[in-house]
This record gives sequence, C-alpha cells and structure tokens, in this order.
Amino acid sequence: MVEYGPRYKRWIVDLILLIGLLASIFPFYWMIVMATNTTSDIYRLPPKLIFGSYLLTNVAHVLQNISFWSNFLNTAFVACTVTVLQLFFCSLAGFTFAKFDFPLKNPLFVLLLGTMMLPSAGSLVALFVIMADLGWIGTFLPLIVPSMVTAFGIFWMRQYALGAIPNELIEAGRVDGMGHLRLYWHVAVPALRPALGYLGILSFITAWNDYLWPLIVLINPKLYTLQVALAQLNGVYSTDYSMVMAGTLMATIPLIIIFFLGARQFIANLSAGAVKA
Amino acid sequence: MRSATETIVVPKRKVERRAVPPRSKLRQYLPFYLSIAPYYVVFLAFGIIPIVFSIYLAFQRWDGIGRMQFVGLSNFVLALTDPVFGKAVLNTFLIWIMSTIPMLFLALILAFFLDQRQRSKFAYQVCYFLPNITSVVAITLIFNSLFGPQYGLINLTLTALHLPAVQWLTGSWAMKWAISIMVIWRWTGYNALVYMAGLQSIPVEVYEAGRIDGASTIDIFFRITLPLLRPVILFTVISSTIGGLSLFTEPQVLLGNNGGVGNEGLTMSLYQYWQAFASYHFGYGAAVSWIIFFIILAFTLLNWKIIQRGQN
Repeated sequence: MVEYGPRYKRWIVDLILLIGLLASIFPFYWMIVMATNTTSDIYRLPPKLIFGSYLLTNVAHVLQNISFWSNFLNTAFVACTVTVLQLFFCSLAGFTFAKFDFPLKNPLFVLLLGTMMLPSAGSLVALFVIMADLGWIGTFLPLIVPSMVTAFGIFWMRQYALGAIPNELIEAGRVDGMGHLRLYWHVAVPALRPALGYLGILSFITAWNDYLWPLIVLINPKLYTLQVALAQLNGVYSTDYSMVMAGTLMATIPLIIIFFLGARQFIANLSAGAVKA
Repeated sequence: MRSATETIVVPKRKVERRAVPPRSKLRQYLPFYLSIAPYYVVFLAFGIIPIVFSIYLAFQRWDGIGRMQFVGLSNFVLALTDPVFGKAVLNTFLIWIMSTIPMLFLALILAFFLDQRQRSKFAYQVCYFLPNITSVVAITLIFNSLFGPQYGLINLTLTALHLPAVQWLTGSWAMKWAISIMVIWRWTGYNALVYMAGLQSIPVEVYEAGRIDGASTIDIFFRITLPLLRPVILFTVISSTIGGLSLFTEPQVLLGNNGGVGNEGLTMSLYQYWQAFASYHFGYGAAVSWIIFFIILAFTLLNWKIIQRGQN
C-alpha cells in the first residue's frame, strides 16, 4: 500500500472515490424517484428530484399491464432450479477432480478448461433448432438444462476443494465404509460451504438477469421471465416512464437483497477469482 | 457371537479385493466418472452438437419451417457484401473503443485511489459493484429515461448549463455514446475491483523501495504499479473484448431490433438476432454467427499479442 501524502491529497482521494460512488448509485436513486412519482411530475420543468407518494399507483398499473407475479414466479423458479442443480453438479465434480485419482483425469480436466474459452453465442441458431427438435421451445428446459453444470463452476469448486478438504478426513470416511456420495455429502459439502455460497449467488444472479436466450426460447407469454416481460412492457407503454420504472424496481429489488446478504463474501471471492485467473 | 463373525468377515473381504483387481478397480472408479459425467454430457449435447450443426446450417437456406436448400457459400457472400452488416461491424468496434478505453482508465484510477484509502473500503466496493449485478434490461430502461430528448435528466442538465442538448436516441454518434455510457457505467466498478485485487497482491516492500529512491506518487504509478499489474490488465482487456464485441441487450432494448435510426446503433450480435430470430433467416443467421466468431477470435488474439509484446 502507498503511504498517505499530505492532508490535501487525502481530500482529493476521498473526493474522487465519492464521485465514483455517487455515479454508481445515482441511476438507482433516479429509478426510485421515477417509480414513486407520476410521469408528468418527472417530465416537467423543473423536474421533481425527490421521492413521491405514487409508488402504489404505479405498481398497480404494472400489475394491470403484465402478469407480474407469474413472471416473477417463472424467474424465481428458473433461477432457483439452475442454482441448486449447478451447486450440486459442480461441487460433486470439483470435489472428485480435486481429491481422487482415476485414469484420464488430467486430460479430462484440461478438456474442461478448454471448453471455458469457447464463446457460447456462436451457435445460438443451431442451439435453438436443437431445442425445437427436442420439443423444448415454450418450456423452461432450454433455460435450465444447458446451465445446470458449468465449466467455471467445476473449476472454481476444484480450486477451493484442493485446499479446503483435508485428505485425512477422506481417509477416515473411507475407513468408516463411506461411499463416494456419502463422502461428498458428509465431508466435502460442509468444507465447501463458502465456495458454494459464491457460486450460488453468481449463478442465481446470472439466471435472474438473463435476457437474450429467454427472449428466443420462451415463445409463450405465460412463461416470460421478468427481463423479457420488462422489455415488452417498455416496448408497449414506453411513454409511461413511472410505470415502467416501478416494474423495473420490482424486478431489481429481490436481486439487490440477495447481493447484499452475501456481499462481503462475494466481493472477497470475486477478487480472489480474478487474480488467480 | 456377532462380533466374532464380523472379525472373520472383514479380513475375508480384503483378501477378495486383492484377488480380483480389475473388477474392483472398475467399481472403484465408476463413482468418479459418474460424478464428472454430467458436464461432458451437457457440453456434448448443447456445446459440440450445435457447433457442428451450425456449420452445416451456414450452407443452407432455411426459414425454420420448410425444407432446407443447399446454397454453398452464398450466405457468407451475402453477409460480407451486405452494407448493413458492414455498418454493424463498424458500429461494434466504435462502441467497443468508446466504452472500453474510458472504462478501463476510470477503473484503474478508482482502484488506485481506493487502494490508498486506509479506512473501510467495503462500502465503496459494494456500491461500485452494484451496477454490475443489475440486469442490463433494467439499466437500459433507467438510462432510456435519462437520455430522453426533451425532458431527460441529462439534457435538462445540459440546457441548464447553457450547453446544447444531445439527441441521444437519434443522433448517429450520440446513439453510440448512449450505448457506451451504459457499458461504462455497468463495468467500471467491476474492473476497478479486479484491479484492486491485483494492487493488493503487489508486496508493500516494492513501494517502500520506490519511496526510498525518491519516486513521486505518479512515478510509482507508472513505473511500478502499471508494469506489475500487466497480467490483471490483460485479463480485463480480453474479457472486455469478448464482452464488448458481443454487445446485444443495450442496443436491442434502447433502440430496437434494427439498431435505431439509420442502423447507427446496430451491433454484430444484434444483426445476427435480427436476421435469424426476427426475420427467420436461420441459415443466414448461422453463417453470420460464424463470421462474428472469427472476428472476435482474431481481435482477441490481436489484443493478447499487443499486450504480451508490451511486456518485453
């Protein structure tokens, strides 16, 4: 760490950091201002810059125009399912790669790392056609099945498992006659909990925010996730900004709560992941 | 009696295990292969097969319903000679430059200053990261209102300062800036946090040695911090290249499937979506996705080479 300079320099540092912070926060503040006022209060001279009392009216308009709760449940269902499956499959594979030896283990792991480099958007059209042939278009399966286990998740779990699970514990479990799954459940899962927390938040956020792929495969409006429904809401009622912002607020809040719950751990892991990579 | 039979049975099992190694080996390894198998199955089905199929598809004319018709290279020729696709490629690179350079520069400054702060950094880290976890659709809708032509907050502020208002949603350069501003806002904090992790891995002694030699803060930043951060900078440049060249949601939600007035906000990925999924030219869309893939690959490798060369 660099030593602090004279007192005025400290002020400059704090000022710049504060400007960065305000720039990051302001659009959220503005979203709430718009969601709690009427559109005509915002779009006038001078505009209203503080919170108003029209939130419930705007929310009621959102509920009239899109089936918000069913979109919300769709999103929550997809995000939770993807997260649970990803945590299970990635940690089981990561634990196995980290702690056991078997023929072809290293080539298989190198192959896995190689697949991380492949951009996924390249074959979107073909993936869509395959989903259509499987009869999965208009269901949640295209959102769930391809994301239920990821190369990054396995890599992340393996890196963590290498240091977090003592070999003696596995030996002791084996002496007790534990099979692979029981070892995983009783020895690996408790030790991997912090890494599971990070991967869980990451996969939940990714699934919650996904837009392009759900837009393509969810043909039935009943199945729309929040992001798709929001974009549609904006397309149809783009002049009622307050209503659109109320919808945006309702779609964003659950995610921000989840982020705040795990923020300390999330940021620590993010930094660790970036430096290792 | 029970304990006696048990003591007899256990050693017997051990002997059996040693006697038939091949069979027990398979039994020993099978759980491991089953544990790692799901990824390879998913990757084969939804990674490899689509890639192979999209090579085939790129040589067909197909609207998704009727019969496929082999058309040779004509999809590729059509894409490479379509001025709208050319415009999309140009737009993508312009927006990439207009967003990535300010973004990484600002991130580096924020990280450098945040690293110097000795009191708690956590609140700053959380707030800087907040834009990154918010959905791009939500961000675009919020900025859509900020960019409003008459009563948008940005133009109101500009007018109040006696500056000319900007046509964010219709002006050919302003549209690109509008998209770039959203990208900058979403990714600066993330990159700052990544840089900060890199800064924290630089040992204190290196700085102290610099101080003793009489280096100023600016000297330290350019002569010590930047060179030592090179691997982390490489990481951020590569990920911003891949992300920036696949930009889709911002222009689609802000400006529509065709990238707005005069296609000035059309990106490569949006062009592909527009052609394949909004116009049902599936074969053509597959060909376009291959062209995009090679553009991104070539440009990523080029970036890699440039930064690696700078190291020597």
